[in-house]
Amino acid sequence: MLVVSLIAFVMFRFIGDPVDQMVGLETTLEERAKLREQLGLNEPLPIQFWHFVSKAAQGNLGISYQFKQPVAKLIGERLPATLELSFVSALIALLAGIPMGVYTALRRESILSKLFLTISLIGISLPTFLIGILLIFIFAVILQWLPSFGRGQVVDLGWWSTGFLTVSGLKALILPSITLGLFQMTLIMRLVRSEMLEVLRTDYIKFARARGLKNRVVNFGHALKNTLVPVITITGLQLGSIIAFAIITETVFQWPGMGLLFLQAVQDVDIPIMSAYLLMIAFLFVAINLIVDMLYVVVDPRIRIGGGEA
Amino acid sequence: MSEALLSVRDLVVEFPTRKGILTAVDRVSFEIARGEVLGVVGESGAGKSMTGSAIIGLIEPPGHIAGGSVHIAGQRVDNLSQEAMRRVRGKRIGMVFQDPLTSLNPLYTVAEQLIETIRTHMDMNERQARERAVALLDEVGIPAASRRIDDYPHQFSGGMRQRVVIALALCAEPELVIADEPTTALDVSVQSQIIDVLKNMCAEHGTSVMLITHDMGVIAEAADRVAVMYAGRVAEIGHVRDVVQNAWHPYTKGLMGSIPTLMQESDRLTQIPGSMPRLTDIPPGCAFSTRCPEAFAGCFVDQPECRNHDGREVACLLYEKGDQP
Ligand SMILES: Nc1ncnc2c1ncn2[C@@H]1O[C@H](COP(=O)(O)OP(=O)(O)OP(=O)(O)O)[C@@H](O)[C@H]1O
Ligand SMILES: [Mg+2]
Repeated sequence: MLVVSLIAFVMFRFIGDPVDQMVGLETTLEERAKLREQLGLNEPLPIQFWHFVSKAAQGNLGISYQFKQPVAKLIGERLPATLELSFVSALIALLAGIPMGVYTALRRESILSKLFLTISLIGISLPTFLIGILLIFIFAVILQWLPSFGRGQVVDLGWWSTGFLTVSGLKALILPSITLGLFQMTLIMRLVRSEMLEVLRTDYIKFARARGLKNRVVNFGHALKNTLVPVITITGLQLGSIIAFAIITETVFQWPGMGLLFLQAVQDVDIPIMSAYLLMIAFLFVAINLIVDMLYVVVDPRIRIGGGEA
Repeated sequence: MSEALLSVRDLVVEFPTRKGILTAVDRVSFEIARGEVLGVVGESGAGKSMTGSAIIGLIEPPGHIAGGSVHIAGQRVDNLSQEAMRRVRGKRIGMVFQDPLTSLNPLYTVAEQLIETIRTHMDMNERQARERAVALLDEVGIPAASRRIDDYPHQFSGGMRQRVVIALALCAEPELVIADEPTTALDVSVQSQIIDVLKNMCAEHGTSVMLITHDMGVIAEAADRVAVMYAGRVAEIGHVRDVVQNAWHPYTKGLMGSIPTLMQESDRLTQIPGSMPRLTDIPPGCAFSTRCPEAFAGCFVDQPECRNHDGREVACLLYEKGDQP
C-alpha cells in the first residue's frame, strides 16, 4: 500500500505542472505563485508526501485539475458502476466456471467437455475488446436485444447509484459483464478442472471409494471441497484483476465507471485522479487478499488449528 | 477347510497400452477361508495390489478384469453393476492402503469420516453412529477416543492415523479386509503394533484378511497361509510354516534365501540374479524360467499350471508329475 501510494505521489508531483493545467493562458505569474502556495507545492517533498498520505487516509484525495472537484467525490460517483460490473462478472465467472470445471474433470470423455474446453481456449486467446465488440455486433447491432453502451437507468440510493433495480440497468449490465467475466471464467474452469483431476487421483479419494461412499458424496463432498481450497486463493486474486481489467471493458461499452474516468484522466494528464485510482485499486487488492486469507482459515483446518496437538 | 469366504478363480486383469495388452494379473486363483489371514508376497510389480483392486472392484481404467471370477461367500461380485459393487465395498470388503498420511481426507474430522461411512452401510442415526465410531477408535487403541474423534487427521501421528484407517475399513463389519502394505510407510517401531491391531481386530470379528506385504517377518507373524506371486501369476501357495521352511518353487526358494531373519541354517544371504521380466514381454513357458537355477528345456516352452498337492499349490514343471522333492 505504502509503495503504491509513493508511486502515486511521485506521479502526482512530477508529471506535468499542475498549475499549468488549472489556469488559463492569461493568468499572471503572481496568481500562479499564489495558487502554488495554496496547493502546498512549495513545501519540501517529504512533507508534501506526508500531507498526501495523511489526507488520502482521511479520504481527501485532492482536487481534480480538470473538473475542479474533489477527486474523492468523482471516484465515489464512479465506484458503484465499476464495482457492480465487476461483481456481476465475477459471479458469472464463478457460477459458470466452477460447474464447467467440475463437469469436464468428471466426464473427461464426453462431447460437452470437449466443447467447453474448446470454448475456453477461444475465451483465453481472444482479447477482451474483441469479445466486447463481437458481442455488441451480434446482440446490439444485429439482434438489437441489448444496449451497446452506458448503464441504462440507475436508481440513486443516496451514496450509491445502482443499476440492479431497473430493467434497462440490468439489460445494460449483461454484455459488459459477460465480456469482462469470460476470460476469468475460462481461467477458473481450467483451474478447477486441473485441480479436480489432481484431487481425484489422491489416496483419500481412492480410500473414500473403497469405503463404499456414494459417487455423489465422493465427487462433491470430498473431491470438490478439496479442489476449492487452492481455487479460492487464485480466484480471489482474479477478482482483483477483474476490477483492474474493467478499464478495457468500460471503454468498449462506454461504461461510466472508474476505469473510464481513469482513461479520461490519462488523456487530460489529470494526475490527482490517476493517483487516486491507483490507490483505490491497491486498496481493493489488499482488501480482497485479506478476505481470501480469512476464507482460507475457514475452509482448511490445517491452518485453522495451526499444527494442532498431535 | 470349510467353505471359502473369498474365492478367486482364474482372474485376469489387463491394461491396453500402446505396446499392446499388458496382463498385470494372469489367471490367478486362490481362496481365503473365514477368519483366515492370507499373506501375499512378491517383488514390486508382481500384481499384488492389482489383484486386491480387482477384488474390491477399483481398478483404474483403462485397466479391467478380462476374465475369471471373484466370489464372496458364494456371491459373485466381479460382474456386479457399479452401484451394487459400491454397496459391497466397505460393507463386505474393507480396504487399508499403504500410506495413512494420505488415506484420510484432510478437510474432514475423523468423526465425520467414520460417521459418513457407518451411516452409508448401516441403518443408524447420527448419535448411534457416533457411539459406534468412538467404540471402534477405542478398540483400535486410540487413547481418549471420545475426545480425539473430533480432531482432524493432521493432528494424529502416522501410526495413529493408520489405526483410524483400520477403524474406517472395519466400521461396517466387512467379512474381508484387503490390507495393501499397511505398514510399509510407517516407522519401524510402530509397524508391529499396527499388524497386531489389524490381526486382533480381525480375529475378534472373524474377518478374513488378504495381507499384501514385502515383509516376510510380517507374514511369519500374522499370516496363516501365504501366496507368492511372480509376474502377475501365483507361483506357490501354502501354509506359512511350510513355505518358509521348505519352499518348493525355485522363485520362493530364492525369495526365502534373500531374507535375513528367517535364515537360520545359513548365514549367507543370497540374491536372485536378474530382474522380473516386463509384463509386456514375459517369456513363453514359465515366467521365471530365465532366472531359474533349476530350469530345464520344458520350462521355456510350457507354462506350468498351478497344481494342488495336499493343500499346497505350486506352479512349476518340476512338480508336474506329482513327484515331490
Ligand atoms: N495404469 C497402468 N497402466 C499400465 N500398467 C499398469 C498400470 N498400473 C499398474 N500397471 C502394471 O501392473 C503391474 C502390477 O502392479 P501392482 O501395483 O499390482 O504391483 P505390486 O505387486 O503391488 O507391486 P508393489 O509391491 O510395488 O506394490 C505393474 O507391473 C504395472 O506395470
Ligand atoms: Mg502394490
